[in-house]
Amino acid sequence: MVDRQGSTVHDLSLKDKFVDLILRARDSDIWYSFTRSPTTMIAALVTAIIMLSALFAPWVAPHNPFDLATIDLMDASMPPAWMAEGDSRFLLGTDDQGRGILSTIIFGARISLGVGLASVVFALILGVGLGLLSGYVGGTTDAVIMRIADIQLSFPAILLALLVDGVARGLLPRDTHDELAIYVLVFSIGISGWVQYARTVRGSTLVEKNKEYVQAARVIGRPAVLIMLRHVLPNVMGPVLVIATIHLALAIITEATLSFLGVGVSPTEPSLGTLINVGQDYLFSGEWWITVFPGAVLAILVLAVNLLGDWLRDALNPRLR
Amino acid sequence: MNNGTNTEAPLLSVDGLVRYFDVSAPLLNRLIERLDRSFVKAVDGISFDIGRGETFSLVGESGCGKSTVARLIVGLYQPTAGSIEYEGVEIGPRSAAADRKRMQPHMQMIFQDPYASLNPRWRVVDIIAEPIRVRRLLSNKHEILARVGELLSQVGLSPADGERYPHEFSGGQRQRISIARALAGEPEFLVCDEPTSALDVSVQAQILNLMKELQDRLGLTYLFISHDLAVVYHVSTKVGVMYLGRLVEWAETQTLFENPRHPYTRMLLDAIPDLEMSGRQRIPVAGEVPSPINPPSGCAFHPRCPHAEDRCRAEAPLAQNYDGVYVACHGVAEGRIT
Amino acid sequence: MLKKVETSPLLSVRNLRIEFPTRRGTLVAVDDISFDIAPGEILGVVGESGAGKSLTGAAIIGLLEPPGRIAQGEITLEGQRIDNLPYEEIRRIRGRRIGAIFQDPLTSLNPLYSVSRQLVETIQTHLPLNDKEARARALELLDEVGIPGAGERIDHYPHQFSGGMRQRVVIALALCAEPRLIIADEPTTALDVSIQAQIITLLKRLCHDHGTAVMLVTHDMGVIAEAADRVAVMYSGRIAEIGPVQEVVRAAKHPYTHGLMGSIPHIGHHVDQLTQIEGSMPRLQEIPPGCPFNPRCEEATDRCRVERPNLQSVNATEVACHLFDKAGA
Ligand SMILES: Nc1ncnc2c1ncn2[C@@H]1O[C@H](COP(=O)(O)OP(=O)(O)O)[C@@H](O)[C@H]1O
Ligand SMILES: Nc1ncnc2c1ncn2[C@@H]1O[C@H](COP(=O)(O)OP(=O)(O)O)[C@@H](O)[C@H]1O
Ligand code: SF4
Ligand SMILES: [Mg+2]
Ligand SMILES: [Mg+2]
Repeated sequence: MVDRQGSTVHDLSLKDKFVDLILRARDSDIWYSFTRSPTTMIAALVTAIIMLSALFAPWVAPHNPFDLATIDLMDASMPPAWMAEGDSRFLLGTDDQGRGILSTIIFGARISLGVGLASVVFALILGVGLGLLSGYVGGTTDAVIMRIADIQLSFPAILLALLVDGVARGLLPRDTHDELAIYVLVFSIGISGWVQYARTVRGSTLVEKNKEYVQAARVIGRPAVLIMLRHVLPNVMGPVLVIATIHLALAIITEATLSFLGVGVSPTEPSLGTLINVGQDYLFSGEWWITVFPGAVLAILVLAVNLLGDWLRDALNPRLR
Repeated sequence: MNNGTNTEAPLLSVDGLVRYFDVSAPLLNRLIERLDRSFVKAVDGISFDIGRGETFSLVGESGCGKSTVARLIVGLYQPTAGSIEYEGVEIGPRSAAADRKRMQPHMQMIFQDPYASLNPRWRVVDIIAEPIRVRRLLSNKHEILARVGELLSQVGLSPADGERYPHEFSGGQRQRISIARALAGEPEFLVCDEPTSALDVSVQAQILNLMKELQDRLGLTYLFISHDLAVVYHVSTKVGVMYLGRLVEWAETQTLFENPRHPYTRMLLDAIPDLEMSGRQRIPVAGEVPSPINPPSGCAFHPRCPHAEDRCRAEAPLAQNYDGVYVACHGVAEGRIT
Repeated sequence: MLKKVETSPLLSVRNLRIEFPTRRGTLVAVDDISFDIAPGEILGVVGESGAGKSLTGAAIIGLLEPPGRIAQGEITLEGQRIDNLPYEEIRRIRGRRIGAIFQDPLTSLNPLYSVSRQLVETIQTHLPLNDKEARARALELLDEVGIPGAGERIDHYPHQFSGGMRQRVVIALALCAEPRLIIADEPTTALDVSIQAQIITLLKRLCHDHGTAVMLVTHDMGVIAEAADRVAVMYSGRIAEIGPVQEVVRAAKHPYTHGLMGSIPHIGHHVDQLTQIEGSMPRLQEIPPGCPFNPRCEEATDRCRVERPNLQSVNATEVACHLFDKAGA
């Protein structure tokens, strides 16, 4: 809200737009409520640390656990560094093949987050698209989409994911399936999540489409598709962000569950869920660190993301402010 | 429905316009509860002409169908029956798509709610440039920006305001932005649905003055909708009074205000608070507007009309021309009301 | 005028200041206003939206919502100070001694209870009547506010009434305990002109019959001219002009009131352009020093830009404008 004087309309350069965006963000109520909530700031910090280390795993992790050349069986089954038999090279100990737990966690988080984010994006695009269509077009289109959503909701997400995975296994040759496992996973987690986006977006669209700015765009002669994308979409995205954040936590858990059940990513590229699954075999032989540390990271990550989602929901809801 | 004295063809001509809204309960409920289908007769047979450069106002209490007429004319709703002709070309439901497409750009609309009529996520430049871009009036980016600046100055804002977002403006300023957006499409005909009803009087004066000035400068024709008779008196050349989806009286502004004939017009005029403080004793009108789902039989105004007789309860009065004043009232036709 | 000074006012507001502390500084929404309402008098309060009319009314009935707070000033009702009472006491005064009518009748009515139940409960809260007597009184009130067939409709629910009828029910509720003062905040704004005329006539008649004083808040000068005895014109949280309604409407003194009157279209006086006041009322964050109207005022002098004008008597009216300041000019 800088007071600019001038006699012409300026076309803002990209840099100006960026600066303006930052300024507006700093002034916004959301940023204010963020700085007023220590829990949220900690949750954001934790999420950021885990995400960044996952993203830059090859540079952050002390070892590359999948590089056979660097793995030494002599290092197998070492406890965390602070214990008597620990080794300072492996902060959180090693597994039965001598891979550092810390490194496997960092690389595992990469898979978990990757699958989680990809399925959220998939569900979001599908759900928002269908919701927008349903709300804006109405009539039969709306009825069909919403009935499909109702039917889908009567299947639990895990069941649906297992079903999709089962079908994929049945249809694809084994090798291809292993290669495509990650995509099958993304698809099956994503497909079970779109309904919530669609319902929310449909509701907001029904409200927005009767607002006068949408009517004005219709009078101007904009085609319906462009009105949906350019006018309605930006105004229905607020709640979608909240759902997406909470959905991310859920997607990470679902991925972990599926991997734990053995229908997830292949063990050669373990995610956090796979690590927990593999590690639990060693619990009874006293090598608890193999499963406990990945489990703790998973729990912390999911908690942090959930806290962020809760905060976002409150911050975007003007009634609670 | 042609005004005998006016030889020039009207710019807009509406004939027998009807729009019902289906407000029936869902099919399942209807079957179980044995309900009939029900319709709101929002607009129930309306005819009028608007000449080039005129301001034709529709006035009436809320729910009488003013906005529906506006939306029918700009094509936001499809008429149930009737015809709409623009420059002699049919643009109603029976029109060729090409005709509609050709004529539509000549019309623009200004809405009532200055807070809902601008997309909150768009900058003012983009809002105003939208009609220019959609209609490809200009293609060069700099020309578009220059034109937006010109439009902003024309409505009394600064070109630098283009960079801002709608929430940074007051209600009156937003209505100016709406007007600039409407003008950007270079229309000849503006449909204004209660453009000042949400504004304070001092701001209303600014907007009304602006609209008049633009009309003089750009030769615009207005369909102006309002529930405020004083505003209507100020802006219009012709006025139509609506009641429950029908026009009950329409005439030149001066004639209508000096000599209102229909009992409803008289009632509306009498209900306006008296700023002159003449101490006039008014007889408050009894009753309220009935539901448009089950409008009263015959003349819809009869339950509130001091002149109602049996014929009024049975037979709907048709509009008749009394020297350019159209009135739909048995009392007037029979000479009982003078 | 002299007579009015002798009879002690029913309500007296002195130096009232209402603030909103925000994270970007304290906003002053009502700034040092004073006025009186005499018993049985209808005081109109008029001004653009955001001028502080509703807040003033809310402060009087103790319904100011936090974070809004009375930062300064006194409100006295019949000689008793009421702005600093504990919640329970102000709640007892509300309804019993001060009634309220709001723009949206649905905010005053509980959609889940029938009209009779709401009326009877309110009556019994304030008056020692048994069920039967209270119901009879409720019926009487509904009759009095002009609800046709009150006997049958008394057990209906609010949604079964039209907007105008609901507002009548609200008036009946406000009158239940025969309060001395009614705060009516835009009581006719949501209604059509024909219904508005009915409601105003009704309010005037009832207040006259019962000797109830009214603070009638509205943005519609016509309503004021029709109903009020005196009028206070508010601008940017201050009173610009206050006086007998004839004088203010016919011969407005403050440049703002003057402009306001000119900007209202009149049936019968055809003008090509309405008088217009340039600009708009400043937001709370941007109220200029001196007279808040100075940036829009054609008569503004340097003094107006630095020194705040206080109300001073000009004939029967009081005006806050340096143009009328005899001492300083
Ligand atoms: N989309 C709609 N669906 C159902 N009823 C409608 C719709 N639009 C308007 N109506 C009804 O039609 C009548 C006329 O409405 P409207 O044209 O908005 O009146 P006005 O603008 O004069 O206040 C009202 O009773 C209203 O409830
Ligand atoms: N809860 C609030 N927080 C901040 N400002 C408020 C709040 N409530 C009212 N205001 C401001 O106080 C001013 C006066 O409001 P109000 O008394 O409602 O005006 P009106 O004259 O229209 O009734 C307005 O500028 C409004 O924005
Ligand atoms: S037709 Fe009859 S009821 Fe209708 S307005 Fe005329 S006199 Fe009154
Ligand atoms: Mg309308
Ligand atoms: Mg108010």
